[in-house]
Amino acid sequence: MMRQKLLIPLMGDDIAPRFDLATEAVIISFDPEWNEEEEKILVFSQASAEDLCHLILTEGIKVVICSAIEEEYYHYLTWKKIKIFDSVIGIWKKATESFKEGTLTAGTILGN
Amino acid sequence: MKHLSIPLIKNLTEFTISLESMIDNIPMGISVVDRQRKIILINRSFEALTGFSKKEVIGISCGHILRSKQCIKNCPILTMDENSELACNESDIINKDRQLIPVRLNVASLKNVNGEIEGYIETIEDLRAIRELDTQIRHAFTFAHLIGHSPQMERIFKIIPVFAQSDSSVLITGETGTGKDMIAEAIHQASNRSKGTFVKINCGALPENLLESELFGHQKGSFTGAIENKPGRFRLAHNGTLYLTEIGDLPLTLQVKILTFLDDQVIHPIGSTKGFQANVRIIAGTHRNLEKMVKEGKFRADLLFRLNVVRIHLPPLRERENDTGLLLDHFLNLLNTKLNKKVRGLSVAALKTLHNYYYPGNVRELRNIIEYAMNVCQGNQVELEHLPTYLFGAKLIIEESVSNPESETTIYQTPPEVQETTRQSQTWSEMEKNMILDALSKARGKRSKAAEILGCGRSTLWRKIKKYKIM
Repeated sequence: MMRQKLLIPLMGDDIAPRFDLATEAVIISFDPEWNEEEEKILVFSQASAEDLCHLILTEGIKVVICSAIEEEYYHYLTWKKIKIFDSVIGIWKKATESFKEGTLTAGTILGN
Repeated sequence: MKHLSIPLIKNLTEFTISLESMIDNIPMGISVVDRQRKIILINRSFEALTGFSKKEVIGISCGHILRSKQCIKNCPILTMDENSELACNESDIINKDRQLIPVRLNVASLKNVNGEIEGYIETIEDLRAIRELDTQIRHAFTFAHLIGHSPQMERIFKIIPVFAQSDSSVLITGETGTGKDMIAEAIHQASNRSKGTFVKINCGALPENLLESELFGHQKGSFTGAIENKPGRFRLAHNGTLYLTEIGDLPLTLQVKILTFLDDQVIHPIGSTKGFQANVRIIAGTHRNLEKMVKEGKFRADLLFRLNVVRIHLPPLRERENDTGLLLDHFLNLLNTKLNKKVRGLSVAALKTLHNYYYPGNVRELRNIIEYAMNVCQGNQVELEHLPTYLFGAKLIIEESVSNPESETTIYQTPPEVQETTRQSQTWSEMEKNMILDALSKARGKRSKAAEILGCGRSTLWRKIKKYKIM
């Protein structure tokens, strides 16, 4: 299995409520055994859904965990074969754990 | 589990009232939050608007559920104190179905008897209907999706509601791109049949035997390949309207069948011994000159007389005084939103060229020209060089062709000298597809680079690629 990359748009410790308004994101790299290899937090000069989509594609992200995402961007990313868990609410570290355990689904509310 | 207990209103009336059932009946999203902005209560309209259920949102910060721009950029609760008045803002939310909805948010503080803030109440009003109405008001010179303030068009706008009230057959004539299909649909929508279906069929699109089966239906086993019963368009349009577009292309044999239907309102599916009494209103449209076709023996005179009960002739754009300017503005506004552009207008030279052009493809061609120019234009003003090159090679308005009495017989036929340009304008989709392919090839498959070459956003390019099934 290949190395996997996960992106979560952030607002502080929480998953950002809106994909298009996020000014921070974390990219987590996993080895084939799903052990975390690297964690990188990025801060953007301005929020933009298009720029975030571009980043996702250029960084080779395979999974996105986010909260609200407009249909247009959702379809664009899924068309690009990126797995999206949307409407996930809560602390991003909890979401990552839930993803690694395989219990995460779209619409999961982990609490904040 | 303090928040899950049923909230009550005491001492307001003789009996204790359930707050939940009271706010559930209010047709506006309502949420009550505590001082930490965690949700205590929401009503049914809030659930419908956001897509989140009551059970899942209790105890969650309202910003994560409402997902409004206002919450993230400038939450009004953060600046509220005991003396603050109601905060009212227009914003947008993204619901669980991933729809962006324009809303009006009102926030007020909830105070205890000592005047201290104990929480907040938020109301969310869906503005989609109002925004749609605004757009309609802006289109003051419109009927359905048609726009125009020339006397010719105003006459048509006035007469459509009158024609809509009767059940008579309607014949709509006019050059290609003048809006015949839109008029047909507008008549249906304004009529008593609007609750029924509006079925459209292009008489020129199918071979004769297929068209017969498509129109009248067939019985299982009536011919090879008829593996099941097919209702046919007439039956599908029962209690509604059937729009026969390009009626001039209807084969003579089928003209007889339509004629029979117009006489007795009964259809006979192929291979069936029983007829079906269909309550259908017929609207026919064509860009051909049916009177001329009757003389040539290509169209039945009796069918023309039966269809010609109510006649609407749509004037070509070049004969609609001042409508070009109005339509230009309309398409600029429309396409600015659609293409995510900020084009403010056209240069004087570009405007002059467009005003002097003949428009053989009429309104559809004008729209295509504007769409082309806006795709090419990277600034905020459309210049002469952004217009399609074929405009400069085409003939300008020919006064004689309009005033020539001989042209009466060809009044809704495209003049032969400009037919080539019509063909070009009608294949705008092909042109656009080729432009995308060229750009992708120049960019060696890199879509961001291709989007840059085309002067559009990556998402726009992605949508077009998907539309034309390039990948």
